[in-house]
Amino acid sequence: MIVRELELDLDAFEGPFDLLLTLVLRDELELAEVDVAEIVLAFCDRLEERGRLDLDACGEFLVLVAALLELKARGLFPEEELELSELEPEEAAEELARRLADYRRMKEAAAWLSERLAGESERFFRLGPAPSYGSWNQPPKIAPQSPERLGAALRLLATEPPSLSLGHMALRFPPVSQFLERFRALLRRRRRFDFESEVEGLSRVEAAVAFLAMLELRKAGEVSLEQAASFASIRVTRASVEGREQEWIARSA
Amino acid sequence: MDRPLRLISANPVDRVARVVEGLLVVASQPLSVEDLAVAANDDPERIETALRLLGERYGEGRSGIVLEQVAGGWAFRASREAAEACARLFERPVERGLSAAAMETLAIVAYFGPCTRPDVARIRGVAADSVVAGLVERGLIAEAGRDAEAAGAIRYRTTPLFERVFGLESLAALPRLDDLGGEPDEIRARLEAVAEKRPA
Repeated sequence: MIVRELELDLDAFEGPFDLLLTLVLRDELELAEVDVAEIVLAFCDRLEERGRLDLDACGEFLVLVAALLELKARGLFPEEELELSELEPEEAAEELARRLADYRRMKEAAAWLSERLAGESERFFRLGPAPSYGSWNQPPKIAPQSPERLGAALRLLATEPPSLSLGHMALRFPPVSQFLERFRALLRRRRRFDFESEVEGLSRVEAAVAFLAMLELRKAGEVSLEQAASFASIRVTRASVEGREQEWIARSA
Repeated sequence: MDRPLRLISANPVDRVARVVEGLLVVASQPLSVEDLAVAANDDPERIETALRLLGERYGEGRSGIVLEQVAGGWAFRASREAAEACARLFERPVERGLSAAAMETLAIVAYFGPCTRPDVARIRGVAADSVVAGLVERGLIAEAGRDAEAAGAIRYRTTPLFERVFGLESLAALPRLDDLGGEPDEIRARLEAVAEKRPA
């Protein structure tokens, strides 16, 4: 008898045992959903059908099922693993007996419920909410209101709101051309200047406009820019005629 | 059998009984004595007397409608005599096809609720996610807050519909836990007996 070929028909899986193991190991089947007891029952049925005890198959089956049970237990109670491993054998036996007792009680309670349900199969009743149920036994959600107050509230809404001033939205900053002129004049006197020291003392908006002006100059090829590292001071150098020619040649190429 | 005449008499309790009867016909879920007293604008003692009166009239074998005390209140249902005819016309979708796993989960929630899905899994030894979702969909259990100790896991309890479907007056009508089998000492003795038989 080949254990791995054992055909299973479980709630969560249908097919050979071998496939179930593969799917579990690949995490494609949630072991927590698999009822291992049903696998054992299927194996026992097969053994009984064959009419003789196959010790090799039993051994192999026990090893596989024990591994499955351990994997399942770890999956079901990850946080309890440590807690339970600290228990003394005596305490662990007590805990196991307590849990089995709880489960057996719940199985009996489930059997009682099933029996009860079977006995109640002749009880037919209406289901669903009653019309406007609850409106009479709950306090009203809104306090009584007077029509005058409602009228006053509506009148308030009907008046035209004052026009909004957008004055605060206008940004006041100098034109870019002002900085273009300033930088050009500076570069006529000096070949190179430091951007930070030029904008020192200016407002944030003015510094931004100055930066735009510097980029404009660079775009026009009037200056070259250097910066040793990110956030370091930017050095602005007047572009030489020769430099511009070289740049032009490079672009043409 | 001679009660119908009393119901149309001018006796004040009869008048209350007629009002209660009307309320129970409109309601499709059990109404408590308190609910009925508020709706009928009468005192609870008189409502109880009226319910006793109605109980005599609407009993099995006397009427096609039966008054029953269920799920913490009073409700009408069809008589057992009419069950076969009802079954031809109506379904009982809530309880149809409840699996053994669902029954065990219901039992756990009924006895230990409000409890979380990990609580159910701990007792049954199988993940409870899909079973719990199925029972919520049927309306037999419902969310009942979150468990602050178990990382905010949702807790579940049984609903009045559960009590109604199973014909329980309240959860107190379930058998006592002590009366159900599963004595830890007995189980332990059996475990030890198995362990002793095992060759060393």
